Amino acid sequence: MSTAKRRFTLAAVAAAFAHLALAAGSQAVMAQPRTDLVVGMALEPPHLDPTAGAAGAIKEVTYANLFEPLLRVDADGALIPGLAERWSVSEDGLTYRFSLRPNAKFHDGSAADSAAVKFTLDRARAADSVNAQKSYFAPIAQVDTPDPHTAVVTLSRPDGLFLIHMASGDAAIVGPGSAATNKRTPVGTGPFRFDRWVAGDRVVLVRNPDYDGVKPKLDRVTFRFISDPAAQVAALKAGDIDAFTLFSTYEALPEFRNDPRFTVMVGSTEGETILSTNNARKPFDDVRVRRAMAHAIDRKTLIEGVLYGNGVAIGSHFPPHREGYVDLTGMYPYDPAKAKALLAEAGYPNGFDTTLRLPPPPYARRGGELVAAMLAEVGIRARIEPVEWAAWLDKTFKGKDYDLTLIAHTEPLDIDIYARPDYYFNYRSERFNALNEELNRTQDAAKRNALYGEEQRVLAEDAVNGFLFMLPSVTVQKAGLAGMWVNRPIQANDVTAVSWK
Amino acid sequence: MLAFLLRRLVGLIVTVWLASLVVFTVLQLVPGDPALLMLGVNAQPDTLAALRGQMGLDQPILTRYLRWAGALLRGDLGVSLTYARPVAELVAERLAVTLPLALLSLALSTALALPLGLLAAARRGRGGDWAVLGFAQLGVSMPSFWIAILLILVFSLTLHWFPAGGFPGWSGGVGPALHALVLPALALALPEAAILTRVTRTAVLDTLGEDHVRTARAKGVGRAAVLLRHALPNALIPVATVLGLQISFLVAGAVVVENVFTLPGLGRLLYQAIGQRDLIVVQGVVVLLALFVVLVNALVDIACALVDPRPSAATKGASP
Repeated sequence: MSTAKRRFTLAAVAAAFAHLALAAGSQAVMAQPRTDLVVGMALEPPHLDPTAGAAGAIKEVTYANLFEPLLRVDADGALIPGLAERWSVSEDGLTYRFSLRPNAKFHDGSAADSAAVKFTLDRARAADSVNAQKSYFAPIAQVDTPDPHTAVVTLSRPDGLFLIHMASGDAAIVGPGSAATNKRTPVGTGPFRFDRWVAGDRVVLVRNPDYDGVKPKLDRVTFRFISDPAAQVAALKAGDIDAFTLFSTYEALPEFRNDPRFTVMVGSTEGETILSTNNARKPFDDVRVRRAMAHAIDRKTLIEGVLYGNGVAIGSHFPPHREGYVDLTGMYPYDPAKAKALLAEAGYPNGFDTTLRLPPPPYARRGGELVAAMLAEVGIRARIEPVEWAAWLDKTFKGKDYDLTLIAHTEPLDIDIYARPDYYFNYRSERFNALNEELNRTQDAAKRNALYGEEQRVLAEDAVNGFLFMLPSVTVQKAGLAGMWVNRPIQANDVTAVSWK
Repeated sequence: MLAFLLRRLVGLIVTVWLASLVVFTVLQLVPGDPALLMLGVNAQPDTLAALRGQMGLDQPILTRYLRWAGALLRGDLGVSLTYARPVAELVAERLAVTLPLALLSLALSTALALPLGLLAAARRGRGGDWAVLGFAQLGVSMPSFWIAILLILVFSLTLHWFPAGGFPGWSGGVGPALHALVLPALALALPEAAILTRVTRTAVLDTLGEDHVRTARAKGVGRAAVLLRHALPNALIPVATVLGLQISFLVAGAVVVENVFTLPGLGRLLYQAIGQRDLIVVQGVVVLLALFVVLVNALVDIACALVDPRPSAATKGASP
């Protein structure tokens, strides 16, 4: 028995070495620029239908590459044509007219026309819809298709964010014939089409030869999923992957920066990292307590400790790279004495005990330890409670049963969550709600930005949450790779413009 | 023998049924709504309700258990909540990684342990014995994930001989797939080989002291022949028992090693399914694993009973 096994082992090892020799041989022959790309990601998408799940990884694989919404977001966050070449908005902000690319086709050959647009939007807003961002489609009153290349969307109420929402992955245009099977075999209109999925390991996309727009330079893109930080570093160093996006093992960055084989890019995301505070629970219902906490947190030290310096501080729920941003980081300078005074004024001269619940991402666990230490300096004794993601969602987010927690909110322009009456912050402000309603009625960009500024001020004054820092978008890639996004204005790994030098 | 087999079969069914019950109950108690997990922090209550309805989560617990258990009896493991695919399909896909990995490491550890254990027994108390025991001690003390990291450091990062992880899939060819499995198999095999070496050594030494071996020696049979023909076959019974136990450990160890090497095996599927609260997948995989472990243990016992049909050995094998 053992001899047979031994023979098998030897054969396996021999086969492995033979393959090795072949690989080494073929490498020496290669000279032209490569046309394939291997992108590393931390999480694997559960499925590949962007219109049926919130997991960021779904959009990171499919957005712009496989599926196209009517409009797209580019690397700078600007709206550019997607499946629609042009669009216009009526004076009253209620009617949107989209002109589609005349020759657009789904990967299965069916026409990507206005009927598909109508089907997509009606499906997303239907009663039994499981679109993770169903509220994006709520203002839609009806969708008309005057001709195959024109879709007219009428809203029941003005929505200043409508175009931005229509550029999200959740609004990707899907075909009536393929919508039901997109989870496993996605069929979109993008420049790449689905090739294969080795479950648990990789998704492979290949160039769509029939694409009617600008053709991509790459003919094959492999997304590989590596969750373990040590394995991520190893895969990069071993040369197994070409670029790792949203790389969060920040302590390894100096090593990659010093290695000429790699380039490190640090950009911004839409991830406001906040010390979420239960505004309905004592003692956090007292604005003085919340302001005391704001003074007790040293953001500079926090950013050093959590992100190794690769991030920027925020003073409200808005990213600094967006128009309409107001710098409010100076409103509550780090001042433990002031914090103690405010606590005493609120009736807690000896501080109080509380809990700080931490979900699994490293920024939350590491940031939570530091925040707890900072709060302890002023007498707020926060007991740390690490939980896993499913439990966090259940108890904290859905159940609203918590004191403090630390989390990044990654949806773009999501400041409107503060106007939701049942959101887990338990924050209620007539002033903020009025501003938000006005924002929804406003189309003019300058006026919108002014309103965003006002909203940020209200949130900062009320110190609703502890506003900490923006999550950075770190990409570690091989030198010679061009066109990967530096910033992350939307959850996407848009590789349509990536090439090797 | 028939009564023995029957007893094992009943034990097998009861164990697997209990495992299914325990796993189902525990998963009901653990917090975490799979629908909420899929929809995230912007979930609207009505969307959540719609998704829960589609997933069948709005049914009472008993209904869900009966439905699942009933399907299980027909060999249907259900459809994954997150992947929207039959669990059996997912498991088959992952077994295509875990099974070759386990077999490869089992072969590696046996190929290492048997000769080393024999050598140590033959050279008892001398230099060779000490060297083997030292190796075994080292192997037992090093956890496989640590060995995995060392292997990656040497063979992937420094020598660039093997990929640092990942699995291209068998559709990409047998060569690349085996190539990806060599280091993980080695990482799994070394600690197992260490244990197995010590067991082999002890077992061989024990049989060397037995009457029939002494008789053979007295008859003038050579040293090597005594070891291979008389001592080793009898020593194989304890070795096989340990090997059987190790198969269960291999599955557990595979979870860790699969994570270090990011191999899409059954262990990692289970690990991810727990995180995603994919109850159907977790239930299905755990029941399958329970079935597998019980089956392997039964097979080992039956094998032992066949090799050594003395009733004492059979009863010893049958007790848990």
